[in-house]
This record gives sequence, structure tokens and C-alpha cells, in this order.
Amino acid sequence: MEEKTKVITKPKVEVILEEEERKRLKEMPLWRVRLYLTWREIRNNWRLFSENKIGLVGLGIIIFYAIMAIAHPILMKWVWDPNIYDPIVGYSYDEVLQPAPPSFRHLLGTDPLGRDVLSQLMYSTRSEFALGILAAIITVTIGTTVGAVAAYFGGIIDTLLMRLADLIIMLPFVTILIVLSALFKMNLIILAIVIGILSGFGGTGIVIKSQALTIKVRAYIEAAKVSGGSNWHIIFRHIIPNLMPLSFLYMMFSVTSAIFSEAVLSFFGLLNIRMSWGLMIHTAQTAGYLLNPKTWWLIVPAGLSITLLCSAFYLVGRALDEIVNPRLRKR
Amino acid sequence: MLRYVLRRLGQIVITLFVFLTLVYFLLEAQPGDYAQTFLSNPKLTKEQREALKAQFGLDRPLWERYLRYMGSLLKGNLGISFEHYPRSVVSVIAERAPRTILLFLTAQILSFLLGFSAGKVLAWRRGQAFEYVLTIGGVTLYTVFTPWFGLMMIWIFAYILHLFPVGKFVTPTLWRGAPVDANYVFIRILLSAFVASLALFLVLLATRRLNLALRRGLRGAGVLIILAGLLAYWLPSGITRYALDILYHLILPVMTLTLINFAGMMLLTRNSMLETMREDFVMAARAKGLPEGVIRDKHVARNAMLPVITSFIFSIAFVLDGGVITETVFSWPGMGLTLLEAAVAQDIPMVMGGLVFTGTLALLGHLVADITYAYLDPRIRYT
Repeated sequence: MEEKTKVITKPKVEVILEEEERKRLKEMPLWRVRLYLTWREIRNNWRLFSENKIGLVGLGIIIFYAIMAIAHPILMKWVWDPNIYDPIVGYSYDEVLQPAPPSFRHLLGTDPLGRDVLSQLMYSTRSEFALGILAAIITVTIGTTVGAVAAYFGGIIDTLLMRLADLIIMLPFVTILIVLSALFKMNLIILAIVIGILSGFGGTGIVIKSQALTIKVRAYIEAAKVSGGSNWHIIFRHIIPNLMPLSFLYMMFSVTSAIFSEAVLSFFGLLNIRMSWGLMIHTAQTAGYLLNPKTWWLIVPAGLSITLLCSAFYLVGRALDEIVNPRLRKR
Repeated sequence: MLRYVLRRLGQIVITLFVFLTLVYFLLEAQPGDYAQTFLSNPKLTKEQREALKAQFGLDRPLWERYLRYMGSLLKGNLGISFEHYPRSVVSVIAERAPRTILLFLTAQILSFLLGFSAGKVLAWRRGQAFEYVLTIGGVTLYTVFTPWFGLMMIWIFAYILHLFPVGKFVTPTLWRGAPVDANYVFIRILLSAFVASLALFLVLLATRRLNLALRRGLRGAGVLIILAGLLAYWLPSGITRYALDILYHLILPVMTLTLINFAGMMLLTRNSMLETMREDFVMAARAKGLPEGVIRDKHVARNAMLPVITSFIFSIAFVLDGGVITETVFSWPGMGLTLLEAAVAQDIPMVMGGLVFTGTLALLGHLVADITYAYLDPRIRYT
């Protein structure tokens, strides 16, 4: 009985709220209206997102690693002695044999060079996030612009950009990165730029273009054209904002591929960086501990971290896909 | 259809040309002079050095070398490898490619079968705990850090359980007195697998329109005949134990690759199934009162299969991409490992050759995927 009344009264309440809302919005300055509407949209999307338990699992893992990344500088400053716990130049004097197994002082043991594994793990988290987010932003900026421009102008620009995209998705991605980083000196920023360019002009651009094609034929684009909006005005003010949900979704997938590529490249010892999860496994390999189950703490924490963070972003991306992609919705 | 294929072939030739030019100049632009690295071996005398330089054409200007490279590529000559000197790049590829193809084709087919059947079940049980467990498990395996996962598999199955060998692709002691080399056996394994699957496909195709009892009988008989044919070929040949040795080494890498890759197929199948389930014919099938299993397998899955098959063919083209990692972890001396070693040693002709091989394979895969799609889906007709 209660269930029924709820269903009946609910729309009424919403209508009343909306009228009040409209009155309130009229009195506000424009920027506050925009902020309010954005906030409301985020709240609605969050409700949709939180229905999906798979996405919540991913989000939980991401938050866990974000806390680790933030905690490291704090621990280094006030709790851990830099001489012992520094992830790159520290040396644990209190252990006789290196690598030492996990103990109370070193929760995940030490590596063959006497450095604390937990500290390395937490220190690397920050650069993994930085790399992933930087690569994702570059990918999505290029991909969205390419997609919108190709869809809006069509013709020769479309042909050129799409042939370029065909060429890029044909490239074996990991192999190209390995060849590039073996021949050129690469650090994290260059790697992020290379990954961003390759996937922005490649796969991401193609997917976003097909979405932009459906937006291009909407009535409001016609209206903007009739009222004299320039091409670039229409692209940046009308098409790209409507592509944002899809772009955000593809950001998640590019974070996964960026973190994975970095880990593979540093596992092969091809990257010019100070510390990362892949490099930790590489260190264990070069010191000859790779196939020794007794020294599991050299490999398992780093390998597990790469896997967990990659799959977390992937899971969040899939959960967003069910919101953005209407064909997959439950209702 | 034919015109479409021809036009695509023309496009592919142009794309391949652009790709090769891009790769050539990219490799030339790398810092440091690889020719100097190679030629600065102190054991070489001055005359030898000059002779080698002239032989590789390293004393020529860049554009002339580029034209010469492209010219010899058309004749099927990819130059001479620095690292495997004096072997030619083509002979190195011909030696290593069958190993890679055998490993990855087996793994891809297995992960397709596993992923497709798992995806069917997943779409049917949407919202249940079973779906969450399988999705999270599958995605974790799909995005797993491949080298680490490979090592874990070696730890568990080779070190602790002693079930499989640690790496490599043959047991050296067994092969010491072997009458043939490993590649001879490899190519025969590949050929017999190819012939057997072709025969199986033909049997399935020929019996498609028959009634149920006759179809079952004929298909069973066909499978038996194929198996008998394989045994008749392999048993008297005397190299069976070497082939079995290779297959024994194949199990662990194939298992690893299948576990990593099946989730991609599974999630794709699930999404495709969910889209197909909204179609009207599914409702019609339900209204007829067909059992759920029949609706799932015969009505939804058949129609949801198209994008999955295309993606499967497309993924075959990218065997080399994942190959670099897996082959390194399992010390499987295929194309991927060769390419990595060549890149680290700055063996530019070999790197170039590996990329030519991969690029051609990827492009052909692209073409085959397009044609299959048009063949399978009558709604799409290329003119």
C-alpha cells in the first residue's frame, strides 16, 4: 500500500520542486545557474552510477590507491626516516640480509638493494596516476577535437583524418611503444604524449566521430547556424560539450592502457624513470629473484597493484558505458 | 563484392606504403648512428669495415637508401640482419613466424570459444551475483599485468606442481638426435591443424540442411574420419614424439593467453547479446513458448555473434602485439621476442622486417574481417 502511494505522489513533488527551482534560478546570476545545473547533473549521474556495483568496486580501488599516493609524502615527512625509507636512495641498515622478508619495520620487506618495498609502492602510485591522467587528457582532447572536426566539416578533412586513424589503429600499439622506447630516450611525460597522440588520432577519434555525426544533425545545431554562429563557435560550444560524456568514458579506458604500457616498458627496462611498479619487477628480475617463490614480496605487491589499478579504471569505464550508451541501459 | 574487395586491396597497398615510409624515417630519426655502433667492432679491419658499409649501403644518402629499401622490399628482400649476421631478415622471419602463429592461433581460438559461451550466460543472468563475480574476475584477468601473470602461472604450474616445463619450446636433450629441425615439425603441425579445421568446416557446411538424426550421424562420422586421417599421417612419420614435445611446451603459454584474452570476447558477447535481446523476434520466440535455452543459443546468440566474429578475426591480426610480452616471459623464440631483442640491440633491418610482417598481417586481417562481416550479415552489402 505504502509502495503505491509513493509512486503516485512522487511526480507531483518533483513538479513542485521544479517550479520552485525555476523561480530560484531566475534570481541567480548566470554562472551560479550553470554551476547548479552541473551539480544537479552530476548528482543524477551518480545515482545511475551507484546502481552499478561493478563500477563501485572499481571506484573503491581507485580511492584506495589515491589515498596511498597522498599518504606517501606525509609519511616521509613525519613518520619515516628518509635515510632508510627513501624509495630510491634509502638503505635499511637494520636488516642483515637484503632482500629482507616482511617485518614490523618493513611491512612489505625490502628489495635487493635494501630499499623499503612499501615506500616504493606508495611513491610509484603518484606517478602512475599522473601518467594515466595526463595521457587520458591528451587522448581525449585530441580525440574529441578530431572527432568533432571530422564529423562537422566532412569531405576532404574527414577523409584525411579517418585514413590517418585507420593507419594508426593498424599499428601494433605495444610493439611500437617498445621499439620507440628502445631507440629513443623516453620519460613519463614523453610517454604520456606518445600514448595520447596514438590513441587520440586512432581508435578514440573514430568512436567519438561516430557520436559527433549523430549530434551534427540535431535541430539545435541548425538553429545555431541560422542565428549566425561561426563554424568554430558551433564546434566548441555546441558539439564538443555534448560529446563530453563519451569523452569522459574514453578517458577511463586510456588511463588503463597508459598505466599498462608504462608497466610493460619499465618491466623491460626501457624507460628513463626513477621508480615505478614495472621497474620494481624489473629490479627483482635483474637481481635474479624473478622465479623464486620465497621472495614473493619483490613481485607480488607491484604486479598486483598494476593489475588492480588497471582493472579499476576499466570497471569504472564499463559502468559509465552503461550510463552513456542507451542501448545497454536496463530500462 | 569483387569490386569492393579490389578497392579495399588498393587502399591497403597505399596504407601499407605510408606505414612503411613512416616507420623507415622514424627508425632513421633515432638518435645516434646505428651503423657506427655496428661497425665500431674493434675486430674488424678497415677494409672489412668499408666492404660492410658498401654492402649495407650505409655510405649512401638517406633518400637513396630509402628508395633502395623500398625497391628491394618489392622483390621480397628485407636486407640482412645485423644481429643474426649473415642471415637475411626474411629467413629469420620464416623461421620464427610459425612458432608465433601456432601459439597465438591456438590461444585465440580457445579464448573465443570460452569467451563466447561465458558471455552468453552472462547476458542471460544480468544483475545476479554470478554476473558480478564473472565480470570482475574476467576484467581483472583481461587487464592483468601480463608479465606478472605469466610468472605466477610458471610459479604455480612449473615450480610448485611440476606439471609443465618452465619455458622454451623444446626439450634440448630429446632433440639432440632428432632427424629434422624444430621448424620442420612446426610447419607440419600447423599444416595438419589447418587441413583438419578446413575439413571440419566443410563437413559442417555440407550437412547443414539435413535433418537432425542424419546430421548428427554424418557429423560424428566426419570427425572420426578426420581424426583417423591425422593419426594415419602422424604415427608412421616418426616425428610424433617431437611434435608431442612441442605441444607439451605449448600448454602453459596457451593457458595463460586464453585466461587473459577470454574476457574481451566475453564482455563483447554480453553487450551484443543485450542489444539483440531487445529485438522483436526474441519476443516472438518467447511468445511461441520456446525454452529459454533455445532462445538464448539459437535466436539471440546467433544474431549477436557478428561483432564478436569480426573482433575475433581482427584480433588474430594483432598476434604479434601481445606476443612481445608473452614470448619474453615464456622464452618462446617467436617473432615477438625476436623483435624485442632486435630493438634493444638496434638491429634496424630486423626491427623493420618485424614491423613489415606485423603491418601486413594486421592489414590483411582488417580486410578479411570486413569481407566476413559482409558475408555473414545479409543486411550489409558492399557495392
